[in-house]
Amino acid sequence: MLRDSDRIFTNLYGIQDWRLAGARARGDWDGTAALMAKGHDWIIDQVKESGLRGRGGAGFPTGLKWSFMPKEEAPGRPHYLVVNADESEPGTCKDRDMMRHDPHKLIEGCVLSGFAMRAHAAYIYIRGEFYDEAVALQAAIDEAYDAGLIGRDACGSGWAFDVYLHRGAGAYICGEETGLLESLEGKPGRPRLKPPFPAAVGLYGCPSTVNNVETIAVVPTILRRGAEWFAALGRPKNTGTKVFCISGHVNQPCNVEEEMGIPMRELIEKHAGGVRGGWDNLQAVIPGGASVPLLPKSICDEVLMDFDSLMAEKSGLGTAAVIVMDKSTDVVEAIARLSHFYMHESCGQCTPCREGTGWVYRVMLRLIRGEASVDEIDLLWDVVGQIEGHTICALGDAAAWPVQGLIRHFRPELERRILAAKVGGGGAAEGAAAAAA
Amino acid sequence: MTAEATAGAEDFVFTPENRAKADAVIAKYPAGCQASAVLPLLDLAQRQNGGWISRAVMDHVGEMLDMAPIRVYEVATFYTMLNLEPVGRYHVQLCRTTPCWLRGSDALREACREELGVGLGGTTEDGLFTLTEVECLGACVNAPMVQINDHFYEDLDPARMKDILRALRDGTPPPPGPQTGRQTSAPASGPTTLSEL
Repeated sequence: MLRDSDRIFTNLYGIQDWRLAGARARGDWDGTAALMAKGHDWIIDQVKESGLRGRGGAGFPTGLKWSFMPKEEAPGRPHYLVVNADESEPGTCKDRDMMRHDPHKLIEGCVLSGFAMRAHAAYIYIRGEFYDEAVALQAAIDEAYDAGLIGRDACGSGWAFDVYLHRGAGAYICGEETGLLESLEGKPGRPRLKPPFPAAVGLYGCPSTVNNVETIAVVPTILRRGAEWFAALGRPKNTGTKVFCISGHVNQPCNVEEEMGIPMRELIEKHAGGVRGGWDNLQAVIPGGASVPLLPKSICDEVLMDFDSLMAEKSGLGTAAVIVMDKSTDVVEAIARLSHFYMHESCGQCTPCREGTGWVYRVMLRLIRGEASVDEIDLLWDVVGQIEGHTICALGDAAAWPVQGLIRHFRPELERRILAAKVGGGGAAEGAAAAAA
Repeated sequence: MTAEATAGAEDFVFTPENRAKADAVIAKYPAGCQASAVLPLLDLAQRQNGGWISRAVMDHVGEMLDMAPIRVYEVATFYTMLNLEPVGRYHVQLCRTTPCWLRGSDALREACREELGVGLGGTTEDGLFTLTEVECLGACVNAPMVQINDHFYEDLDPARMKDILRALRDGTPPPPGPQTGRQTSAPASGPTTLSEL
């Protein structure tokens, strides 16, 4: 288990003061100007060496992403850091804790990361529903201005740096980086076709990098403690610590910061009080937020919680939102609810996603009750495969993957319901419910 | 709809105080990029206008930001937090997505229906409550939960849900957050980490 001394978010639960005085007592804003004095490229190299991979779901190497930004600012084309705080992936509520309980880690991270990319401004795009979190974060930004930590001469470094908070208004798609940029520019959040990537043409057509809250908030600690420290935690290519969100059928749902690569079972049993009714009562886990395929218990027994281990099981770490389902769960309805989510959140610009997500949901509804033919399972598999990879952004993929996971691991259950419906006539729904219970 | 609820449908201008707030918001964005302020301004206007956005609101915001009316309309219709029809004084938004559903969001919905006597999308006759179901609100380890106006009420069950609605009706809003006395997102029996610090 990760030692407390290696934890980054030491006020994760808001037990201590989240304001500047409390943050300073926890080590934030300590020697920030000295870190900046080591130069833009030193920071990028440190982040590369730390092995930090993006915490928003895709797991792209952060230092590499930063290195795509131009080395010099062209006239009239300022650089921007944009922080994705539109936390909306079902199961995920970690950035919320960082913003309300440790906001100065994020603000200091903006200064250091933005400076590394030669930006003079950061926009933090927070989901509109996080009103209380936005109030706390804005108060922390105001404190940082008053203390000279950001503004014309950030931390006395001579580098001007502004941090602006921007509230969204309810749209999952704005968590997609180019949908976010569209929204920030005052438009509906419809993702952009790439290339060009944001590092070339981003916010207001200028070079921009969009990073998740957690990615930015861990940067100051990495720079202070050293890339080697971070890289020594976790496993090769899956380094560092991670805040996990454990929800669903556990005895004590919670957020917790742990080492990357912790076994799923250990994570759930040590921190979340175990599966309701004991580990053997486990049916399935969605290990990384709604977008990643679920895993049956047999895989959960041994799997490690990191990008590569979960990918090897045809799932993913995603946002590290662990959604636990015990044996009482109607697993088909659990996934159908996610299909409803994607149908609701599709922005509508790509036909496969706009039409496909509704079609998938309607088929899923019938599969809950077994009112389908076995062939339709294959048809569903085929159709989600035609959504996947055929849309501008990854929402289409995200809608496909949970359904693929369900068919991959629970096809016998789908077929059983269809058979029960045929045999039992109208009583199929009750049959399904009884079987699930 | 009551006359009070539809007030503001005919015309809308920001109050001087809100106009000053709006100008401060616009100043966050580079010159010529004032359209970025459309969401914050619509939110501000919705608050001033009793919880919803009329055509007059959109037109006023569009004029302030030098945006064609259609550009404001397409934004206003895209985002779920912008209400295009009047809502009750308390907008109860039930999270329905899988993590909340696993922990009993269906039972919360029934509790709300019983207590308020309205279905999803309905507003109580006294104009106090509007009940809607929404997708994931991002407080999954405190499921099931609801958002009422600006605040999250977490770790609910049907009895606690009804208590909250009654308290709001009585004019004594309970404090938001977990309703079980739990420390935010920590395990209910206390943190398993951060004890050495």
